[in-house]
Amino acid sequence: MSNTKGEVIKQGAEARVYRTTFLGQDTIIKERFSKSYRHPVLDERLTTKRLNQESRCIARCQKHGIHTPTVYFVDLKGKSIYLEFIEGKTVKEIMRGQPSQQEVDTVSLLIGKALSSMHNEAGLVHGDLTTSNMILHGDQLFLIDFGLAYVTTLAEDKAVDLYVLERAFLSTHPNSEEMFKKILEAYRQNSKKSGEAVLKKLEEVQMRGRKKLAFG
Amino acid sequence: MVLVMGFEGSANKIGIGIVRDDGHILANERTTYCPKVGEGFLPKDTAKHHRDNILRLVQKALQTANITPSELDALAYTKGPGMGGPLRSVAVVARTLSQLWKKPLIPVNHCIGHIEMGRIVTGADDPVILYVSGGNTQVISYSLQRYRIFGETIDIAIGNCLDRFARVIQVPNDPSPGYNIEQMAKKGQQFIELPYVVKGMDVSFSGILSSIEKIATQQLAEGTCTKEDLCYSLQETLFAMLIETTERAMAHCGQNEVLIVGGVGCNVHLQEERGGKLFATDDRYCIDNGAMIAWGGLVMFTSGVKEVPLSETTCTQRYRTDEVLVQWRT
Repeated sequence: MSNTKGEVIKQGAEARVYRTTFLGQDTIIKERFSKSYRHPVLDERLTTKRLNQESRCIARCQKHGIHTPTVYFVDLKGKSIYLEFIEGKTVKEIMRGQPSQQEVDTVSLLIGKALSSMHNEAGLVHGDLTTSNMILHGDQLFLIDFGLAYVTTLAEDKAVDLYVLERAFLSTHPNSEEMFKKILEAYRQNSKKSGEAVLKKLEEVQMRGRKKLAFG
Repeated sequence: MVLVMGFEGSANKIGIGIVRDDGHILANERTTYCPKVGEGFLPKDTAKHHRDNILRLVQKALQTANITPSELDALAYTKGPGMGGPLRSVAVVARTLSQLWKKPLIPVNHCIGHIEMGRIVTGADDPVILYVSGGNTQVISYSLQRYRIFGETIDIAIGNCLDRFARVIQVPNDPSPGYNIEQMAKKGQQFIELPYVVKGMDVSFSGILSSIEKIATQQLAEGTCTKEDLCYSLQETLFAMLIETTERAMAHCGQNEVLIVGGVGCNVHLQEERGGKLFATDDRYCIDNGAMIAWGGLVMFTSGVKEVPLSETTCTQRYRTDEVLVQWRT
């Protein structure tokens, strides 16, 4: 095992991401950094919790056949997690590159399917669903960045998960309402009863979004 | 040269401002309604406060700016969001003056006023905006003619959470409960763990408030913590949540500029917390004021909103930031 972390390929809100080789595999290291502005007790609590959640949720996803990068190694002390490198474009990049209607439809279907299995088969929510956290690798859709994921049985949590995605869609990709509808349709078709409940709850959550308007 | 007078009274502040199209503020007069310790501001009393003060402030603003009403090009007032009573009492005056002085009247979204004021004062061009006040908590980013809301509170606003906590521990409302909590928090020694509620990109404060109310009653009686510790812990927790969602919005949009606006935005501790490029303003512009409404009205006026028929110069308690078509930006 080499000690070099390799080059920084992304600086996120929570972590730095390096690309390197680990035991001969093309690897990324996701290193969470402590935040000087956050109280140390709170910081430690959040960092450790998220590190654990991330590795557990990824393992759980893979058990249910959802594509995610494989966890190679977790370094609790170094607050780092070693993950398989996935080659491909993020959905955000695809959307920005003026995709054809067919491409959009294919991607929507893949997203809907993946989310439905994650929610209703693996029984977890991602917590930070955005188009930057989905990578298209060949004809497979990989979900990445499970730092805010957790296991839950509540339709409420899953609906909020979809609501986050909806807003990420609409705020970064204007005029993507149709695409989001297609994703939900694919979600519905790939899930049974529990999926229906989530979608019903989603309507409630969307309403909640509207009324929270107040003054200031 | 374009001159606009702005009328703001959506919450407990009544403000009259006059601005010029180069961003110069000729006048920015304001008074604040402060209820007594342990109480919040009720719409009826606040509206009365605004009615009692507004004409005096209009005169004072004209005096400070050293202009006559005939030199003004337009009037702007807060259409919403805000408290019904106070909003109406100000809108009535704005409508009357617009007819007396024969000047066009422009309705302005309060949140847009904050954002545009923040942009002109700080020079931030296209930042992610953290809008935090007594009635609003939103993380906003501009895209295609709209200020789009990335994340927001799903229940009470952060300022409301702080204000209500201030009532529990009997912190004075003068100059503002938030300011007094900030000062007390500096003396806090012990960090008390509170719930940390980030739901997707949204935050929720009501549960934290219930939790700290309970802790306050118990632990203050037992003497195991001080009011200062509570202020400190509450502030740390709330701000960490806000900054987390703001950072995620920044990472997603690929931006490294952030602009903080709104009443809670003048909290110095909140301003210090974040690396990257931060734009913040002081209490003259952060806290509700007339100049921001005047400036909001001015950018609308100069971008082509000329005359709004009198019948449409209404006000509303609910008026989302993303409802406004931002035709003055590309």
